[in-house]
Amino acid sequence: MEGKSQLARGLLFGIAFGFLLQKGGATRYDVIIGQLLLQDFTVVKIMLSAVLTGMIGVHAMKSLGWVHLNPKPGSWSQNVIGGLIFGAGFALLGYCPGTIAGAIGNGFLDALAGGLTGILIGSGLFAALYPRLRDGILRAGYYGDVTLPGLLTVGDWTVIVPLGALLVLTLFLLERAGL
Amino acid sequence: MEWLTAWPWSPYAAGAGIGVLSWLTLLFSGHPLGCSTSFARTAGMIEKLFRGREVEMKPFYREIPPVVDWQWMLVVGMVVGAFLSALLSGDFRWQWIPPRWEAAFGDDRAVRIAAAVAGGILLGFGSRWAGGCTSGHGISGTMQLALSSWVSACCFFVGGIATAVLIFG
Repeated sequence: MEGKSQLARGLLFGIAFGFLLQKGGATRYDVIIGQLLLQDFTVVKIMLSAVLTGMIGVHAMKSLGWVHLNPKPGSWSQNVIGGLIFGAGFALLGYCPGTIAGAIGNGFLDALAGGLTGILIGSGLFAALYPRLRDGILRAGYYGDVTLPGLLTVGDWTVIVPLGALLVLTLFLLERAGL
Repeated sequence: MEWLTAWPWSPYAAGAGIGVLSWLTLLFSGHPLGCSTSFARTAGMIEKLFRGREVEMKPFYREIPPVVDWQWMLVVGMVVGAFLSALLSGDFRWQWIPPRWEAAFGDDRAVRIAAAVAGGILLGFGSRWAGGCTSGHGISGTMQLALSSWVSACCFFVGGIATAVLIFG
């Protein structure tokens, strides 16, 4: 169990996160569907600039010994199949688990009455099937918590510098294309 | 203080803000930003109301106990933060059907809610299968350079784009 001050910090950080998502426009169904139809690149712009800023900062703090990173373990079957199922739901609902919290705060009742109910049912369904999945399909193609630098056996910054440049170039090209 | 009421912000400002926020959560709470696990915990809490404490013995809930934790409070905070931003931006409104949905599929609430429930089921199931969502994998995991997160984030968009094109095509 986490202490009260930790829970309070969670609440405060959440307020900031929800505020930023709403200000960015990401709490809207129309913006998310516009992204998935490749017409409105707001969501990709928010995500890539968050990843770029975050990647530099968290690895700088890691290099300084201030924080410990915790990459999630996974497997091909887990991340590919789960990712595709998630994607189908993302398009049908038009919100994701984070933006739906923002959408509810924005007053969007399809998110509250429909989406939230569905996510709870889907999560409960997975919990019920978990014992069978855990030792079966979810293990196929297991690669653990490997990172891209680990995979390439190079230092973190050898990946961060070119990847950061690639993210900036992607954003630049999106703007140039008028998207 | 005009920035408080301006809407929308540049997506780069919102995105960079989320990036900086992810430094702070890691530094001061030891957690990366993430959301979807909290829905699984909530599903367990609801199941507990009906079936009692035996729910905590299920293999899934032994790993992900149905309790309020840091991330659960984060998700509650997100509702509050988006509400504050919407109010300040003059964008708060009760809305059953998003404009783009209505233009394509009409104004029947039951149809929209049915699609939202179905989409939500896939989203909840898929995020547990993949071990994260657009926040935990898509933002926090990719910035930590995790292979699992880059594979997941690509598949979120491949599946999402294919399905959106199918629905609206």
